Amino acid sequence: MFDPIRAGLASGWKHIDASTLARGQTLEFDVVIVGTGAGGGVTADILSDAGLRVVLVEEGPLRSSSDFKMREANAYPELYQESASRKTADKAINILQGRCVGGSTTVNWTSSFRTPAEVFEFWQRQFGLRQLSAESMSSWFAVMEHKLWVRPWDTPPNPNNQVLVTGSEKLAIPVGVIKRNVKGCWNLGYCGMGCPTNAKQSMLLTTIPAALNRGATLYTRLRAERLRFDGSRVSALDCMALQPDGIHPAGRRVQLRARHFVIAGGAIGSPALLLRSGVPDPYRLLGKRTFLHPVVISSALMPERIDAYAGAPQSIYSDHFLHQAPIDGPLGFKIETPPLHPVLFSTTLQGFGEAHARLMREFTQANALLALLRDGFHPESRGGQVRLGNDGLPVLDYPLGDVIWEATRRALLAMAEIQFSAGARWVSPAHETAPGYASWAEARKGISELPLKPFVCRVVSAHVMGGCGMADGPQRGVVDHRGRHFWLANLSVHDGSLFPTSLGVNPQLSIYGLVARNASLLAAELSGKPNPVIP
Amino acid sequence: MIPSRRQFIRTGLAGSLLLSLSGWLNAAGARRLSVAEREMLGALCNAMLEGMLPTDPVQRHRLVALTVDGIAVEIAGLSLAAQKEVGELFGLLVLAPARLMLAGVGQPWHAASVAEVSEFLQSWRASRLSLLQTAYGALHDLTFGAWYARPDTWEAIGYPGPPKGYF
Repeated sequence: MFDPIRAGLASGWKHIDASTLARGQTLEFDVVIVGTGAGGGVTADILSDAGLRVVLVEEGPLRSSSDFKMREANAYPELYQESASRKTADKAINILQGRCVGGSTTVNWTSSFRTPAEVFEFWQRQFGLRQLSAESMSSWFAVMEHKLWVRPWDTPPNPNNQVLVTGSEKLAIPVGVIKRNVKGCWNLGYCGMGCPTNAKQSMLLTTIPAALNRGATLYTRLRAERLRFDGSRVSALDCMALQPDGIHPAGRRVQLRARHFVIAGGAIGSPALLLRSGVPDPYRLLGKRTFLHPVVISSALMPERIDAYAGAPQSIYSDHFLHQAPIDGPLGFKIETPPLHPVLFSTTLQGFGEAHARLMREFTQANALLALLRDGFHPESRGGQVRLGNDGLPVLDYPLGDVIWEATRRALLAMAEIQFSAGARWVSPAHETAPGYASWAEARKGISELPLKPFVCRVVSAHVMGGCGMADGPQRGVVDHRGRHFWLANLSVHDGSLFPTSLGVNPQLSIYGLVARNASLLAAELSGKPNPVIP
Repeated sequence: MIPSRRQFIRTGLAGSLLLSLSGWLNAAGARRLSVAEREMLGALCNAMLEGMLPTDPVQRHRLVALTVDGIAVEIAGLSLAAQKEVGELFGLLVLAPARLMLAGVGQPWHAASVAEVSEFLQSWRASRLSLLQTAYGALHDLTFGAWYARPDTWEAIGYPGPPKGYF
């Protein structure tokens, strides 16, 4: 398999693995970009295309198809934050987040949705973001869909996703086919461990190579520590090199100076960097309103083989339960399927000993559905808060309140009913005291009475959003609609932390589209050229 | 098992005392697993993986040791803050008073039966103290993560492993 990243490195890309630095450095560029995920990748591409000298700062390693062996044991420690076991402060929610070049786009399941129109409408009403709408953004989404090969997935869904189709159809619940950012996908099912065939059009394979081909510099194993600023301008970013393990500091420091600074370290990393830097925050908004799309899970055993590890992991969705109430009413949820691999499944499955072993022996017949709860719209759903731990690293508090548990119960019921309608012989929520149910009638009664509280009911997240929210003024946001910081003139935020609420859809395409717009506006400003023709 | 109210209060008091002690003992942070910690984790694996581990004692011992090695590797991949917390938990569990009062396990770990350790795990799983619930969760995830990371465990669950060829 041709590895375009290794080929690029051989052709002279400027990549510096900071764990190998013999001494500290101070360097100057036009723009410093922190993070190489959906936001950092698109920004690097657009700014370098405008002739600007950019440097990318990535805390994780540079890994590529030659390294992607489809093994959980390698993939989680190498490619994910905290070996895929990042958690909220109280440990009630497990968070999957990428940490490698390409960020979460290197390990996501390729699901691509535009930001829904009703989300933009809510942002207009509540945060004064009148410039952003489904119409004004449609060209930017189209540009990114074209660039990243976002297309409807016309291969039949794998049996795991087919359960969602079959069960929903029997209940007259509409489902849709998910668009995926893949080119020549082999339908293997290992997207979460890094695409071994270079089919996934992640930042690792698209925007970042484009920027590197134009002479951009990429640092890996380098942690962005603190922005230095005087008055209303940022002057430098202080960084700390990490050891090859990506955990311990290596002792060397790198200072990066530039005209402009773009923060795209993800919705936990970005607010944390700004908090550490002590940037002005008179309304105390930084790190607040952090949303997770809290995910609850329902496992089923089907009468036939499912092999949920094989085939495109997410290809079917249902938005039916997002549309049962007003957007700020009781929380709606989107239903999708997760792939099941031995480590991910066994650690998510409740119980231990023989009871756990018995379920694991039926691994090949297991199906799982997930419901991602649309947080941040209901007045009582205010999300979590990123703060700094004693070591200066981010800690996320996310209280799981009544509105979440009320929606959880509806979601667990809806998923169990779909699974039984599809022919499941056994269904159980991922929940410590759920005994598992053999019929829909039994499940309906059991789930209605289940205690729902932290630790007892498993909650996970793969979508961290907010914390540096956009708004029309500094009283209710950290940045404006262009991602420009309200107090520091040459500072922008370009990642999922921009969103003032969650989205109700998997976020990658929302980040690509919004950042394509904002990076284009920034490129015009910094290069002295006219604004892009797209509005 | 639902612990009685009296047990709950006793566990709560002892727990907070012992945890503050262990925080002090382990202030230096993460380090390699000690012999005592390996014995404790071995006992936990024996209970956690009951039903998957072979009954043959020699085979069983070998696989438990491999799983404990795997747990050590997993811990090294956690954030330093999480490594410290895990270190505190392990440091606590190897202390005989904590084993007795918090876990309710009378025998030293190497001599504890699967039934005894299972009862301890279940009591933490069902505890009303979030500290014990999260400790159970960590032990659960570390053990199963280490077990199913190894290809030799896949045959028992019918997982063929990643596809081969043309790479």
